[in-house]
Amino acid sequence: MLKMNGLSKVYRTHLVETHALREFSITVDEGEFVAVTGPSGSGKTTFLNIAGLLEEHTEGSYQLDGIELTGLSDRKRSALRNEKLGFIFQGFNLIPDLNLFDNVDVPLRYRGFSAKERKQRIETSLEQVGLASRMKHFPSELSGGQQQRVAIARALAGEPKLLLADEPTGNLDSNMARGVMELLESINANGTTIIMVTHDPELAARTRRNVHVIDGQVTDLRTVFNNDNVERTAETA
Amino acid sequence: MIRYYFWLSLKSIKGNPWLSALMVLAIALGIGAFMTTYTVFHYMSGDPIPHKSDKLFTVQLDNWAPDSAWDDENNRPPPHLTYRDSHFLAESKEATYQTAFFSVIMAAQPENPDIKPLRAQGLVTYSDFFPMFEPKFLYGSAWTRRDDQQRNRVIVLSKDMNERVFGGENSVGKYFRLNDHEYKIVGVLDDFAPRPKYYDLVNSQDFGDTEDFYLPFTLNDFLKLRPAGNNSCWKPLPTASYEGYLESDCVWINMWVQLEDEDHKQQYQQFIDNYVIDQKNLGRFPRPLNNQITDVMDWLEVREVVTDDTHIQLWLSGAFLIVCLLNTVGLMLAKFLKKSGDVGVRRALGASRAQIFYQHLIESATLGIVGAILGLALAWLGLLMVRSFSPDIAVLTHLDFKLSLFAFAVAIITSLISGLYPTWRICQITPARQLKSQ
Repeated sequence: MLKMNGLSKVYRTHLVETHALREFSITVDEGEFVAVTGPSGSGKTTFLNIAGLLEEHTEGSYQLDGIELTGLSDRKRSALRNEKLGFIFQGFNLIPDLNLFDNVDVPLRYRGFSAKERKQRIETSLEQVGLASRMKHFPSELSGGQQQRVAIARALAGEPKLLLADEPTGNLDSNMARGVMELLESINANGTTIIMVTHDPELAARTRRNVHVIDGQVTDLRTVFNNDNVERTAETA
Repeated sequence: MIRYYFWLSLKSIKGNPWLSALMVLAIALGIGAFMTTYTVFHYMSGDPIPHKSDKLFTVQLDNWAPDSAWDDENNRPPPHLTYRDSHFLAESKEATYQTAFFSVIMAAQPENPDIKPLRAQGLVTYSDFFPMFEPKFLYGSAWTRRDDQQRNRVIVLSKDMNERVFGGENSVGKYFRLNDHEYKIVGVLDDFAPRPKYYDLVNSQDFGDTEDFYLPFTLNDFLKLRPAGNNSCWKPLPTASYEGYLESDCVWINMWVQLEDEDHKQQYQQFIDNYVIDQKNLGRFPRPLNNQITDVMDWLEVREVVTDDTHIQLWLSGAFLIVCLLNTVGLMLAKFLKKSGDVGVRRALGASRAQIFYQHLIESATLGIVGAILGLALAWLGLLMVRSFSPDIAVLTHLDFKLSLFAFAVAIITSLISGLYPTWRICQITPARQLKSQ
């Protein structure tokens, strides 16, 4: 699904060069649920941004669903982002002026679906997160957990192959966080690949695989076979 | 997608009504001020007869005094001709059409005793006046060259005069009495009001009304008419009689010709130069050869129909429009950047830079449309004020459909231009940074 090889990301100003990622290599297979952990500033979010085509890498190669992404135009990257990826953010990032229906509608508009298909997809995805009855409500009328569910519905509406979640429960209390996590697990169970950046070791432990990032490099790559009896195979990048 | 972008722009305007209102006001004020002055300028500088303005020429012969030019600064001859010269040129038939004319004021004496005698202003001219300047006829037609030759007492009335004297009915074939002489009506003009009144810029107000009636020039000998317009002489009359006046070097007659192309123009120039050289041999035209033929648009420029004040006003209003647009740029930039978080989300969800660009450009255009509507209303008010303060240019203050369309186009184009920089800026934002900072 996702294959990065020798990827680096350098931020340059006229004074400083910052290496956010260096020799970053990772492969995520279809249907996996991967947690990316690491200390603040380690490069987790940079990895997620590059994976989500929100930023371009400086060196190395990146393939998404078999497509080499190096050197693609903005139009093609945007189309791929729209078609193959779904995003869930820590701050939900719903558009406050739009009601839930119109928020979920945003990626579908750029996809060019007909009005009928958009309506059907919006209703289905809002039903999936349990908010179909509130589609005319505005984000400010919802709790944090509900807003995150809308964000998940928005991400799911386009039926993405890969769901990228950046601290999806970071702004939620533990009850709501549990609910969101269960939702993500059920989405993954239905076949959608998920990469989730998190600080929360408990959440990370619930995923099939945990990637640890330090100083812009994958330092530890483990597969969790069983959540109760943690048997790990250590792979050093 | 355009409908979606338009819907989004309406939502954005409703979501930030005060900032949007300020932008609309800035556009409207700029458009209102610009269109007020531009409307006046448009009528002043417009081509009054666009399909043939390059074929109609006024003729000037320099018969002025040997020791002082008529116009030292620009070396131009007098704008009018003498009776002798204009009569000769009009009779020569060297051009496709040629006419000499001058204004007269006479008393119109309606047959209907209920209508009191009227003061009427007319033009004494040749039949060629009508095919040259192309007034449309409501009834009948112009008199003919044969009428000119036979000195027939015929007349063409204006629509207004026909309405006043005959109640607007077809008066062709009836008689019209002027200064105790009767003339047979051969035609009644439809509305005829070239703006500016290019064929008589010296005697008339540039934007004044046209004439009440038109009489054959060839009747002049018999009628002994005195011109109602300018009359300039540089030496005394040879004899103190009307015949002496006609023989004099006093200038008071407009002369226009229609020439078809450059060759024709050069031929005519040669013709009038030869004529003046012949006249010099007879002791006339003491100044160096300086005969000029000038087409309509050049003539408007020579006569400075568009005044310097009008040019300055247009520049000032243009500068004001630019200031308003710069304000709009600032306001739009603030508005768009305030929404950079939303743009980041849209980019993450699959919008390309081009799609974000079009979305915001359509929002700029929407503001431009609203600004244009308000701007047109302000321009209308501005023109109303011009009309009340300067009644003499009231005819130049009509905001017609074409000008309204132009105002709309200016408003939308300028708002698009003012939206370009803010739109470009919003397209440059890094979505990742916006998403993290939300």
